[in-house]
Amino acid sequence: MELFSTKEVSKTYASQQALTKVSISVEEGTIFGLLGPNGAGKTTLIRIINQITAPDSGSVWFDGRLLKTSDISQIGYLPEERGLYKKMKVGEQALYLGQLKGLSRRDAMKELKIWFEKFEITAWWDKKVMELSKGMQQKVQFICTVLHKPRLLIFDEPFSGFDPINADIVTREILQMKKDGATIIFSTHNMESVEQLCDHIALIDKSKKILDGPTKQIREKYKSNIYDISYRGEFDSDNNNISLKYNILSHQQNGNGNKLSIQYPDGSTSSELIRDLVNHVEIISFNEVIPSMNEVFIKVVKQNS
Amino acid sequence: MHKILLIIQREYTTRVQKKSFIILTLLMPVLMAAMMFLPGYFMSMDDEQIRTVAVYDGSSVFLGRLENSEFTKYKFIPKEEYQIAKQDIKNSSYYALLVIEPTFLITKTVQVISGSNIPWDLKSQIQDKIQGVIEKDKMAEVVRQTAIPDLEQKIAATKTHINIDTIKVGIGGEAKKSSTEIGMVLGYIFGFMIYLFIFIYGTMVMQGVMEEKQSRIVEVIISSVRPFQLMMGKIVGIAFVGLTQFALWVILGVAIFSASKSFYPGASHVQQIQNVMAQNQGAAQQAVAPQMDKVQEIFSMVDTINFPLLIGCFIFFFIGGYLLYSSMFAAVGSAIDAQEDAQQFMLPITLPIILSIMVMMSAIKNPEGPIAFWFSIIPFTSPIVMMARIPFGVPVWQLALSMVLLVATFVAMVWLTGKIYRTGILMYGKKPSWKEIGKWLMYKS
Repeated sequence: MELFSTKEVSKTYASQQALTKVSISVEEGTIFGLLGPNGAGKTTLIRIINQITAPDSGSVWFDGRLLKTSDISQIGYLPEERGLYKKMKVGEQALYLGQLKGLSRRDAMKELKIWFEKFEITAWWDKKVMELSKGMQQKVQFICTVLHKPRLLIFDEPFSGFDPINADIVTREILQMKKDGATIIFSTHNMESVEQLCDHIALIDKSKKILDGPTKQIREKYKSNIYDISYRGEFDSDNNNISLKYNILSHQQNGNGNKLSIQYPDGSTSSELIRDLVNHVEIISFNEVIPSMNEVFIKVVKQNS
Repeated sequence: MHKILLIIQREYTTRVQKKSFIILTLLMPVLMAAMMFLPGYFMSMDDEQIRTVAVYDGSSVFLGRLENSEFTKYKFIPKEEYQIAKQDIKNSSYYALLVIEPTFLITKTVQVISGSNIPWDLKSQIQDKIQGVIEKDKMAEVVRQTAIPDLEQKIAATKTHINIDTIKVGIGGEAKKSSTEIGMVLGYIFGFMIYLFIFIYGTMVMQGVMEEKQSRIVEVIISSVRPFQLMMGKIVGIAFVGLTQFALWVILGVAIFSASKSFYPGASHVQQIQNVMAQNQGAAQQAVAPQMDKVQEIFSMVDTINFPLLIGCFIFFFIGGYLLYSSMFAAVGSAIDAQEDAQQFMLPITLPIILSIMVMMSAIKNPEGPIAFWFSIIPFTSPIVMMARIPFGVPVWQLALSMVLLVATFVAMVWLTGKIYRTGILMYGKKPSWKEIGKWLMYKS
């Protein structure tokens, strides 16, 4: 079921086109990756979702109806450029932000206790934010974002500023929230985490959406007939008919196992590649290479320019 | 609505709990009291250095007639000693050398020679004494020539002090004693307080906005509340901080005033002087009596001032002026990234405030003049200038016009600055130009 969508949303700042008829649809209980190069228009789209700015044209939908002002209590937003009141105490500040999202003081207090214990930061309650390290501040900010149990969460580069251990903790929490039914819009330049977390992605470049679909399908779509093969036997990659017909990307020969990365031309098939190879070597494994999101990203954005 | 209350509460409590707020609030009345009392205290402190002034009297008019005062001794010296002392006054045992030439009665000039700067007190004392002697001689001469009995007393009795009662006639022909001086003092105090309030708390609003922008928390907050709510919450919260401080100052001021009244025997002291004076005769009493009248008069005139109106207007113009200017300060804070950039945008805000203070100075001298009138109607200067006029009495229609214009202007200004603010807080990077800020006004939310 769709929880959130935009329909042909456009936004212009002065002379600069920030978004051109962008439509996205986010299924409930999924993680949606919002990708794109710097300055593509992602932040503008996120701000429209948060009702920080309004679109010039197009519509924004939430839970089957047009997005309303009161929906902000069901949305949690962690901006890329984040910050807290430096001179305010951690606990007081978290309570304040929770109440601004519509929680009562008592509920906010109750939820905060749970989160502070989970993140083992109870001792920080009465410290001023400026006394904390950057990573600590990020933890507090993460808690403030999810405190009111929003149905829709928007994370803009949630892992920046975290060490690998804390990044792992946050990843687990995000997956747990998904399991509990939350819907997450996830914007990042870290393509590994996209592969790991996102069910669906949309890629925005130069104010337009240029790619949209489930992560797996997209990677399938951008595979380019490349196979990783390990084999036994002698194989000379320079001097035979294989190198004329196929594109050999890499070739390793050593005692333990020989590896070959090879691409067949359009019009050919994997069966044909196997047939050609078995004449020369004994194949141990034969795997199709699925491109990483990183490769897909670079390829698509380059094509678009 | 609930959220704006939360914002007001946060803006208020975080500031009121600050050490700087508490210190300033406690210190200010002490400083004010010091500023009022210290100069008087220092003035009243007697110059306790005992000085000997050597007098060389070439005219022989004054010999033995310059009486010693408590700290100044006059010693007459012969010509030979004078000539030695004159050579090296610094190392002589005299503080100064008073030289009266034989030609004094013609030149009317004496010389005081000293190794250091002569205190003003001493100079005027010498002047008084010499004048006294000469006047006495002249009087004696006149009495001798005219042979009118009791002439001296008769001349003293001609000294007269005139009181002027300024009467202000109200619409119903009802005449009231008014005081120009009290009007000026009150006008000045109230106008100046509004000026201070706008500056101190307007700047506080600007810094608050900049803090939110610099720390980047603003994006988190405006994903929960509308930017306009955040701006108004801040402005109103800080207004309460100002009103709290003002109220505390009034309470502390009253406390200090009544405490000092019981410590210093102010009233009874005056009474004593009066009694002493009453025993003396002639001119001395004549000079003091009008002063006593004046104190009484001030008290009775303070009573004639319409304090409920004055304080009511003060609170109105206080809030009106603050809202008008603080919204502009908020817009400036939103448009810039760093304090250093503030200057350029502050100018159009500070100019009318400073102009107001300048006009106020002339308005308290001529509260009905065209300058006072126009600047008390124009919204940007009216809070300060009108406040300076009110103690003198302002026609109701002028007051009403000024208030209506002020309200209309701040509503328009809050609306305009809200638009700038909304865009400004999310803009980072280069300092915007006036043209760009103009464009922000056109953006759809």
